[in-house]
Amino acid sequence: MTEIFGVPTQALMGQLMIGLVNGSFYAMLSLGLAVIFGMLNVVNFAHGAFYMMGAFFSWMLLNYFGVNYWWSLLLAPLGVAIVGIIIEKTMLRWLYQLDHLYGLLLTFGLALIIEGIFRDQYGVSGQPYDLPELFKGAFDLGFMMLPKYRAWVIVACLSICFATWFVIERTRLGSYLRAGTENPKLVQAFGINVPLMVTLTYAFGVGLAGLAGVLAAPVYQVNPLMGSNIVIVVFAVVVIGGMGSILGAIVTGLALGLIEGLTKVFYPEASATVVFIIMAIVLLIRPAGLFGREK
Amino acid sequence: MDKRTKILYGILLAGAVIAPFVGGYPLFLMSALCFALFACAFNLLIGFTGLLSFGHAMFFGMAAYFCGHAAKVWGLTPELAVLIGTAGAAAMGYLVGWLAVRRQGIYFAMVTLALSQMVYFICVQAPFTGAEDGLQNVPRGKAFGLINLQSTPHDPLFGVIPVSDDIVMYYFVLALFLLGFGVIYRAIYSPFGQVLKSIRENEPRALSLGYDVDKYKLMAFVLSAALAGMAGALKALSVGAASLTDVSWQMSGEVVLMTLLGGMGTILGPVLGATTIITMQNYLAGFGSWVTIIMGVTFVVCVLAFRRGIVGEIAYRLKR
Repeated sequence: MTEIFGVPTQALMGQLMIGLVNGSFYAMLSLGLAVIFGMLNVVNFAHGAFYMMGAFFSWMLLNYFGVNYWWSLLLAPLGVAIVGIIIEKTMLRWLYQLDHLYGLLLTFGLALIIEGIFRDQYGVSGQPYDLPELFKGAFDLGFMMLPKYRAWVIVACLSICFATWFVIERTRLGSYLRAGTENPKLVQAFGINVPLMVTLTYAFGVGLAGLAGVLAAPVYQVNPLMGSNIVIVVFAVVVIGGMGSILGAIVTGLALGLIEGLTKVFYPEASATVVFIIMAIVLLIRPAGLFGREK
Repeated sequence: MDKRTKILYGILLAGAVIAPFVGGYPLFLMSALCFALFACAFNLLIGFTGLLSFGHAMFFGMAAYFCGHAAKVWGLTPELAVLIGTAGAAAMGYLVGWLAVRRQGIYFAMVTLALSQMVYFICVQAPFTGAEDGLQNVPRGKAFGLINLQSTPHDPLFGVIPVSDDIVMYYFVLALFLLGFGVIYRAIYSPFGQVLKSIRENEPRALSLGYDVDKYKLMAFVLSAALAGMAGALKALSVGAASLTDVSWQMSGEVVLMTLLGGMGTILGPVLGATTIITMQNYLAGFGSWVTIIMGVTFVVCVLAFRRGIVGEIAYRLKR
């Protein structure tokens, strides 16, 4: 068996693959956080809760209504986005004029409520989500076995991230969004419905989190605590990357997932902390984040 | 301090002194005092410097571990164990603050949260924390080598009033709470406190007036961390245990809620907020995840409709 740095290639590649899967989720979540922060000036602490909600919606669709994986890829994020719209319309709306920290505190409270409700219903043990038939098994790449579902998650996440980047940076709709981020009053004066845009931005951001949750459901068990575990890591990712750039959020997310995977191979004790250590180092060297702009 | 305020503080102090003899359950009172001190320390940052630290549990929880370790493994007297907890938290506060003050506003909150999560993961793995089990059976020992805080029948006070060890421990906690509260009070009304307030109100202006803003923020952060640590150390001694809950992000969220509910930037708000939340948790302990939901709802209501908090609202009404 071939080895790299004394580690069997098979194991190394396997961990890198898991790292890339995690990194894809980090990328999707930090992308949503960045888009929401840009438009609403709210750091959405409930992002993890929406990710968990997406996973649970798809589990519920399958187990209560027999809706298959493909439909829940569409329906679950839609459901999450509707919850997001309700929250934006009824609560977040009132906080835009205030200090940013109130947005964080409100969404923290919402995260507690959502997590509490699911914990009350389903306990803290995970619910397994069966893989769709199509994704059972693995590709044999010669030097490693690549589980089909993991390959799909990575491809899907990258395509979604790329599509988001394309829409925001290269289309007319995206230009409204970017303009709204820079100067909402002026954009409003040009006759664009900014409040509607804000609502839809929030819905889109949390929908993205919900979609990540659906993709994650077969990989991890569907668990009420899965959201709060990931959201803090995503915060660290956001601090490392800086929230200024869409591409930055995607690249940082993927890179940190990979680094986490590598750490699991070479020094497993540090795999839970490595992202935070990198964050501390980045704060020392480039306080604004790798892709951030100093304000 | 005007006369009315003095009377109010006098009444509160008297109430705290007689509380265990008029039906207050000493263990509950101790835990309320510990969390009140924790919230006051947190309030020094959010209310008076404008810094939202979302990771204060790391100081509270780590100090509990330090203190528990000193009392249990090294067999130190309780006042020394508390001192070690406090000093350890202050040292951590210096390190974390040194990193975190590089970023402002919302990023500051995210950085402190992330660092506290790192501390949490270290606690899960490190040998001296006892991982999932935590540190159990931390002895209270003898304060100053003289006053036994644990498990002996004490002589009745004045020969008539029966005194349990919990009540003696309560006064130990109360004394240190008053010390910590006094330090915070003094800091707020000192020139140092005025500079902190000016940073909260207008940071660029404070900077342009020649104040080294980052240095002041760091000093406030270390002071707050140290006092949060003292609260954690006292909690470890009074409950006799230190656990992972004390370092978790939920704990960081709880102290934010206590301060928000009581009133950010008021002196007594955090004390009232902490007492309210502890009472609530006490009564709702049997409801499981509903405690989380109710806390979440309290958060949402406070942020949407009640941003001044209880004490802040009362002060506002009185002023009008």
